[in-house]
Order: sequence, then C-alpha cells, then structure tokens
Amino acid sequence: MSASNDRLAAWTEAELGVAGRVREVVRAPAPVLSADGDKVDPTDPEVVQLAADLVATMRVSPGCVGLAAPQVGVGAKVFCVDVSEHPKTRGHHGTFVLCNAEVVESSRNEKAREGCMSVPDFTGDVKRPSRVLVRGQLPGTGEEIEVRAEAFEARCLQHEIDHCDGFLFLDRVAGAHAVYARQTYL
Amino acid sequence: MISAQSTGGGTLHAITVLGHDRPGIIAEATAKLAALGLNIEDTSMTLLRGHFAMTLICAGPAGDAEVETALAPLAADGSLTVTVREVPHEDGSTRAPATPWVLTVHGGDRPGIVSRIVGEVAAVGGNITDLTTRLAGDLYLLVAEVALPGDADTAVLAAAINQAATDLGVGATLRPAEADEL
Repeated sequence: MSASNDRLAAWTEAELGVAGRVREVVRAPAPVLSADGDKVDPTDPEVVQLAADLVATMRVSPGCVGLAAPQVGVGAKVFCVDVSEHPKTRGHHGTFVLCNAEVVESSRNEKAREGCMSVPDFTGDVKRPSRVLVRGQLPGTGEEIEVRAEAFEARCLQHEIDHCDGFLFLDRVAGAHAVYARQTYL
Repeated sequence: MISAQSTGGGTLHAITVLGHDRPGIIAEATAKLAALGLNIEDTSMTLLRGHFAMTLICAGPAGDAEVETALAPLAADGSLTVTVREVPHEDGSTRAPATPWVLTVHGGDRPGIVSRIVGEVAAVGGNITDLTTRLAGDLYLLVAEVALPGDADTAVLAAAINQAATDLGVGATLRPAEADEL
C-alpha cells in the first residue's frame, strides 16, 4: 500500500487542471447532510470541478481540515482532506480528494470530541477507529487509491466519509449526555 | 416533536418532572405538550438514584396554568411531581468569551466534595455548564463541563482545585475540552 500512499502524498489540486471556486457551506438541518450521497464518475468534469471547489472552500475556512460534497449542498461521495497544518496531526498525506471512498479496515477505537462546520452550535464525543485503511478514487484520473491513515487523519477521513454517506457526528455520539453546546467558535 | 430549532417566540416554560420511574413518562408528558402546540427546545433527563428526573424548556402560545392543567394527570397518583414556571428568553450572545474545560473528581464519599470543588471554579468566575455527580458504593464521582473566562489563570485554578481535592482526600483533574474541527 505504500506506493498508493506516496501517490496520494504527492497529489495536489493542481492535477485537477481547473480553478476551484469557494462555495457556501450548508448547515444542519439541510436535508442534503442526512442523505446518502450518490456514487460519482471521478473523470466527469463536473466531479473534477467539485473536487477543486471543495479544496478551495476548505482553504478559506478557518480551521477546516476536511470538507465533503454534501457540506456544499451536493449529494455526492466526494471529499477533500488536509490535516497537515493541524497541531494534533502525526502522519498525514497532505491535501487530497477522494471519490467513492470507503473504510475497508479499521482498528483501535479512541474517543475524541468533534466539531463540524455544518453543525456549528454543538460538539460531541465520538468513538472512532484510530487506524484505518480507506479505498477511493482520485478525481480526474479515476485511479483507485488505498491509504492507511492513523490518529487525526484517520478520524478526519471517517468524518468526511460519514458526510458522504449522510451521517453527521451527531449520529455517532457516545451517549445522551455526549453532546455539548459550543462555547467557542473558530 | 423534539426540535433543535428555537421557535424564537411565544412564552417559554421551564418544566420539571420528578419522582418514581416507570416506562412511558416522557411519552405521556411530551404528548400533552404537543397537544398544546408547544415546541420542546431543550431537554435533560436522567435517573438519579433510580428516580426519574427531567427538566425541559418549551415554547408556545399556552400559558403556565394551561400547561399545568394538561400535565396534572401525570402527577395524579402521587408518584410524580410536576412543576411549570414561565422563564425569560435568555440571549447567550452577550456572554463573554469562555474556554471549555472538563473537571473530573473522584474518591471516597464524604459530604462537601461538590461545594468545595465547584467553589474554586466559582471563585475565578467559571461557569459550570453541565454537571453529573454519581455515588456507587463508596466511590463518589463528579464530572463537570466548565466555561472559564478568557482571562482566568487556569494553572492557578488547577492548583487550587488540587489543593481542595487533597484536603478532601479525593483526586481531581482539570483538562481542556478541545474539540477536533473536522
């Protein structure tokens, strides 16, 4: 899998060949956030544009380390990630976009408190595997990629894949008293 | 009928339901509120030593007396106590910026643990936004979500809490409740 990891780490949005446009981030209870996103053709020019737009929107959003298509109002299985600047990050693969991604292996559950741009008024304690193997496709070329991720990047990938499948962190919280009113905003 | 969205208008009622636990209390209570056109805005319910304890805030056109009358059947057999009180709309936007922390205290049970520990939080202007205490056997547990003022010296507070805990013979930890933004 290391070759795929290297391929992903070397990927930049410049490969998409189109300029990203900043889109508006939608907030719950927008129905698109609770709907299973459609699988996409990663070579479709519209999907390539969407990928570029997701990266552009992530870049201008303070503290944002990942953004999924449903968060910009598009019910599709496409998301971008970049945890490289986050203080909690250990290993990472820089900026990348995946289409039709799924978790194929996972281990080592850890609980952490999550926040989400689409749920700005709450945070919640969510238990997720801290090591995952994710399979997906690169936008543009459609190459199939497998990426092993751990810790913060693993959590981020699962959070974004959940978005693509119509789940918010609220669907995963550890219990009735594991949701909190947010006191500080980025 | 639980809605995350505030109706933003109408009378706000604070309702408490306390007493002997049994299945169906929430279903009955919320059905009566729904029938009055009330929207449930926030709810907290748990079992305290096996006793049902629920507090909720709801909004709508009905008055306190009407809500009390509607909920009266819940308390008819004497096993539950229901109170209804009108409360003002609170505007959280005027609150000073605060940082979220989690306070955990556990140790041998004795009177005064909560008051002594949370007294240290209050002394620096900290606001407790969520609190659970539990007693199981001899083990006493306190877990609190604490909003500390931006200018609070958290190292000094943590030291004060640790000193109070040492005096009480319990352990205490104060740690930031940082959320991962994803």
